[in-house]
Amino acid sequence: MTEITSLTITELKSGLAARQFSATEVATAFLSRIAKNGDLNAFTEVLGDSALAEAANCDQLIGKDPGKAGALCGVPLALKDIILLRGVKNTCGSKMLSNFVAPYDATVTAKLKSAGAIFLGKTNMDEFAMGSSNETSAFGCVRNPWDRSRVPGGSSGGSAAAVAANMAPGALGTDTGGSIRQPSAFCSTVGIKPTYGRVSRYGVVAFASSLDQVGPIARSVRDCAILTAAISGHDPHDATSMDLKVPDFEGAAAQASQSPELKGLRIGVPKEYFIAGLNAEVEASVRKGLAHLQSLGAELVEITLPHTEAAVAVYYIIAPAEASSNLARFDGIRYGHRASGALKLEDLYARSRSEGFGWEVKRRILIGTYVLSSGYIEAYYHRAQKVRTLIKRDFENAFANSCDVIACPTAPTTAFSIGEKTTDPLAMYLNDVFTIPVNLAGLPAMSLPCGFDKTGLPIGMQLIGKPWDEAGLFKVGAAFEATTEWHSHKPKGI
Amino acid sequence: MEYEAVIGLEVHVQLSTLSKAFCGSSTAFAADPNTNIDPVTLGLPGALPVPNREMVEYAIRVGLATNCEIRQFNRFARKHYFYPDLPKGYQISQYDEPICERGSISVHFPDDPKGEAAKSEKAGETIRSIGIKRIHMEEDAGKNIHDARTQTSLIDLNRAGVALLEIVSEPDLRSPSEAAAYLRTVRQLVRFLGISDGNMEEGSLRCDANISLRPVGEMKFGTRTEIKNINSFRFVERALEYEIARQLAVLKSGKLVEQMTMHFDSVAGVTRPLRSKEEASDYRYFPDPDLPPLVIEQAWIEDVRGSLPRLPEQIMHELSTVHGLSAYDAGVLTTDRSVVDYFYAVLDVCGNARAACNWLTSELFGALNKAGVELFASPIKAVDLGRLIQLLDSDAINGKIAKTVFEEMFATGGSPDEIIKDKGLQQITGDEQITAIVLEVFEKNAETFAKYVAGDERLHGFFVGETMKASAGKANPKKVNEILRKEAAKRADQMS
Repeated sequence: MTEITSLTITELKSGLAARQFSATEVATAFLSRIAKNGDLNAFTEVLGDSALAEAANCDQLIGKDPGKAGALCGVPLALKDIILLRGVKNTCGSKMLSNFVAPYDATVTAKLKSAGAIFLGKTNMDEFAMGSSNETSAFGCVRNPWDRSRVPGGSSGGSAAAVAANMAPGALGTDTGGSIRQPSAFCSTVGIKPTYGRVSRYGVVAFASSLDQVGPIARSVRDCAILTAAISGHDPHDATSMDLKVPDFEGAAAQASQSPELKGLRIGVPKEYFIAGLNAEVEASVRKGLAHLQSLGAELVEITLPHTEAAVAVYYIIAPAEASSNLARFDGIRYGHRASGALKLEDLYARSRSEGFGWEVKRRILIGTYVLSSGYIEAYYHRAQKVRTLIKRDFENAFANSCDVIACPTAPTTAFSIGEKTTDPLAMYLNDVFTIPVNLAGLPAMSLPCGFDKTGLPIGMQLIGKPWDEAGLFKVGAAFEATTEWHSHKPKGI
Repeated sequence: MEYEAVIGLEVHVQLSTLSKAFCGSSTAFAADPNTNIDPVTLGLPGALPVPNREMVEYAIRVGLATNCEIRQFNRFARKHYFYPDLPKGYQISQYDEPICERGSISVHFPDDPKGEAAKSEKAGETIRSIGIKRIHMEEDAGKNIHDARTQTSLIDLNRAGVALLEIVSEPDLRSPSEAAAYLRTVRQLVRFLGISDGNMEEGSLRCDANISLRPVGEMKFGTRTEIKNINSFRFVERALEYEIARQLAVLKSGKLVEQMTMHFDSVAGVTRPLRSKEEASDYRYFPDPDLPPLVIEQAWIEDVRGSLPRLPEQIMHELSTVHGLSAYDAGVLTTDRSVVDYFYAVLDVCGNARAACNWLTSELFGALNKAGVELFASPIKAVDLGRLIQLLDSDAINGKIAKTVFEEMFATGGSPDEIIKDKGLQQITGDEQITAIVLEVFEKNAETFAKYVAGDERLHGFFVGETMKASAGKANPKKVNEILRKEAAKRADQMS
């Protein structure tokens, strides 16, 4: 039998249902894998005891009345440390919240709980999700399982590394400018950012409210579909979550893997995404992937998204603006880090925040405060919002006139070395050039493995869908996956 | 040079919605500190706001009642500043797209607000329309409590997140008393609309005043100062009076008024600067990305319009034109919807508006006040007060007995008919009965009677009093009068 930790969620579900193994055995296997890979620094906290207790519960439930067990009963998962799990520390990778214990469950957490999922732990991340390498975490960088001298990507680097190294079959991440997709590309996992409004943001610590979206990282398209379905749906606690019926995502993926056929599907290939700065090996792999999709019956159409160039600039105005506001609540008064010895209120604020936040967070708070300031807001924030509309319109035009899905690279390079870009924020920001436009437009997008460079580092292909068409992405992704074998590669020594 | 004051008010109205502006926490007054809270109120990481529909409806209500345009595409904005009573580091408010704009409210300004005649029926008044610039929705902050003894600061977040409306007037007010009259009119309106209790003492109504002076005849506004957080009607007038005098002194000395934000020290009776224009905070308003634009369907607006109660202005007009009440009385009756409802319920029974008003505003209010009871908890029901007036008007009882019955009604909650029956207080109206009492009184006071019959008219009052006393106050005074004279005349005839 294959080792438990390399099974997909789909396989774990059927194995648990068929009593091939118990939930306790499953949890134990993943916990020992987590212990073995401690040097990856993928977790900020491992919930060994509670995971085993939950697993015992699941075993009882499955033993008593398997029909009544939830859809994910006994399936262990990891949560990015920005998604609240009641009673467990929620650090956001920051000193500011290093002792903050979540007093309530995020809606996605509650949904997974009621489906019977087990939580293995909280995964490491860039501080407050601000970063593309996991190097801004106050608890040290996560290492890429494919090459421990390299970054796993960010900000959901811990989640992607955990899934890639078989420490969890699936994990939740958040994606504000690529934070699920880019680490998925760097770690050879499948990750999807659903349409903005598909998944509740309640209980997920906000970075940039108009861009943030929770999504899963897993080892197969179908697993991503299962997890996306489990966390989707309208939440009365989140005014930006849409009241829409959640389609049968798993069915869409399952059907496409059985009959991987894409006849009639028009895949848009944006010329602005194949530019100078795109690593040649990445380009070659993605082009090969595109050709493969064509071989499955899809038609490739060259499209143009003319305002792509402005996306990074727009993002680095809007995201910091919202972040500067969202992070104002971390003032040392009610929770979080409080500086000692402050004599005056102003002093307490200044020192608590100076001590609690790291450099990247401070940089973005400063940028955000500046672009919202009276006298500058017009030139920066308001103008950025206008350009954001143009970027959104680019996608609308492409989908209205030319294609059903867009395919392109997820990131311009493979995983870079730890420390390589920390002194050059601009170079770091440019790593998100292909993922950022999707958040600005609120679209669903997925990254899936499509190859490796010659040093053995993974390469991801990004599929971008129409609003609310996650099912379309699962279909294309599952067809691709069923007819390629990139996803079956495993890092060595995990 | 003569100067005139130019005043505009920003009134913060705490809405009486059951839950807070953006979450389900209760808004109950006087709860234990930090009990009306939840993740949203506390500004916990991950908590998100969801607008309260009732708040929006209340805003539409007051907007329609002040003839405002209701903006159908609304946005909430964040206003940033750091303070311990503001958990998120920003207040959710509305900025450049408020829910209501460009309205007006008609205000009755007494011609001589301080004169003795103000309460008299003949007191004159001027009715003027005051512009409403905008009305927007926002959330309240919590409260900081500084304990000087222990040198600590405590924070109570019960009030944090409670729904407020900010009603901003145009600079159409010209004196402190006008400002107070406008503020009273706003309070009256929100009470009538049932959207706020309007109690300034409890902080349900708070007011910022913008004030500048300009030479009479000048069209341009002078430099204004803003007096923040005034919390009583009296203080509004006092703060503005002080500030006008202060600005006048500055101008007369040839200097310029400096734009600043001030605070009224009610103990010292002076305004003091809080911060100058240079120190003004940059609130960095921007649309709240957690709250999608609020779209208000026309049908909703029409529904609210259809459900609006009669407004105080209409009722005041009816009270003075149809029922002949003075402007002062009409004003008193319309301070609150419960008062006017009570009044009309009394009127329905007795049909005598003047009496209904007098009994309500002097007798009942006096008794309630003494007992420390609110009108809604009055032991006397409106129908019973109406019946009492009816009994009085139909001579079933006289005025003195009516007061006795009233006191009994207030003490026991009984109906006037029962009390009169139980205590045998029915008026004695029968000629024979009264004649018998009168004759008895004559007999008892034979000497005085002789003088009376001899023509000492001054003694008439004495005999009326004695007869009433002998009847235990129950005799119909008119009849007593008549019969006294008749019987006295008879005796005089007999003697002559």
